[in-house]
Amino acid sequence: MTTLKALRNRKKSVQSTQKITIAMKMVAGAKLRRAQEHVEEGRPYAHLMNQILRDLAENAQGLETPHPLLTGTGKTDTHLILIATSDRGLCGPFNSSILRESRKVIELSLSQGQTVKLISVGRKGKDVLTREYGDLLVESFVDIGHPRLYFSEAERIADSLLHMFEDGLFDVCTLIYSRFKSAVAQEVTIQQIIPIGKEAPQPLKAVYEYEPDEDSILRKLLPQNVAVQIYSGLLENAASEQGARMTAMDNASRNADDIIRNLTLVYNRTRQSQITRELIEIISGAEALKG
Amino acid sequence: MTLRFSLVSPEKILFDQDVTMVVVPGSEGDIGVLPEQAPLLTLLRPGVVSVYEGEKVFFKFFVEGGFCEITPERCTALVTTGTSFEALNKASLEMEIKNLLEEREDSRTSDEHKKADQTLEVARAKLMELAAYQKMG
Repeated sequence: MTTLKALRNRKKSVQSTQKITIAMKMVAGAKLRRAQEHVEEGRPYAHLMNQILRDLAENAQGLETPHPLLTGTGKTDTHLILIATSDRGLCGPFNSSILRESRKVIELSLSQGQTVKLISVGRKGKDVLTREYGDLLVESFVDIGHPRLYFSEAERIADSLLHMFEDGLFDVCTLIYSRFKSAVAQEVTIQQIIPIGKEAPQPLKAVYEYEPDEDSILRKLLPQNVAVQIYSGLLENAASEQGARMTAMDNASRNADDIIRNLTLVYNRTRQSQITRELIEIISGAEALKG
Repeated sequence: MTLRFSLVSPEKILFDQDVTMVVVPGSEGDIGVLPEQAPLLTLLRPGVVSVYEGEKVFFKFFVEGGFCEITPERCTALVTTGTSFEALNKASLEMEIKNLLEEREDSRTSDEHKKADQTLEVARAKLMELAAYQKMG
């Protein structure tokens, strides 16, 4: 039988764990709010850029030398997968669900005979990918976006991506991250960033004049667009991470509550039975003496 | 008559208001944008965006290049970074240029060299515009 002291100690340890999970939940909540604001603030730029790009791409179809970032290299031999995860753990199924989807994409590409290369953003992804696909991992970025993600950091990732593309090291690039829907729902998203996926042609808003000309603008716009896509993906990812952590810590606090309640019950029952036993001993001792 | 001018960076909206005129640093030269301007899409070079309310400049931003979309009713500038003039400071800019020059000396690959040259150009443009701005008072 468990002693009263052991029960007391267990209860205390669960209580202090609960304090930590409650604090983490609150911190994640505050960070989530900020991360959401950043996502909101980043939207107008990405939206406008996308619009300009679409208009331009429409107009630029007649160009003699189509830009490979727009139309691809004409091959799909090498598939580069950019996997965004978090640096820290304790965020429930956040990282594992991203990695599960990534594994599917990797296996699919491999089964189609493509060469797969991986870039990981975030320590958690790096750890797992090094273990499972160590020979495919070409680069990894850790400690990005603390305390907040700046555009320059996304640009750095985009730069190394574009360098690789120019050197012909890959043909297609996909970004895998978790899109933020709400604090309880995040959705793993697989997005092709190079070449830009074809969208349904839309009627032009206005016929623009271009300065200096379509081609030069496109040449500037396309690399920038890669950075913007990575940036907004990482922002979404950061918000999702905090959302997932908040939910996970909320669950943990609730579980701790249950455990504490059970332990209190057992503790009281044990104490009661001990008292009863002692009383019986005393009474029966007295009865025996009387006899 | 006014037009809507928005200055947007990837991180946030820096400016979004109805204004009388804006002057943006187009890649081929400065462009003054008034309402009812013909649609134009241009690259921006590092330089100054001035926002006019009536006859007066009431806001100035330094931008490090980007894109600008102009339609009859609005003008939208997409820039990587925009700094308002109040935030610029001559001494710190001179310091930055000195550091960048040293950095350029140290750079080995041609890529690093090119990058250093670009940032140097931006910093120099900032300093020049700031000096011109202060002279005007």
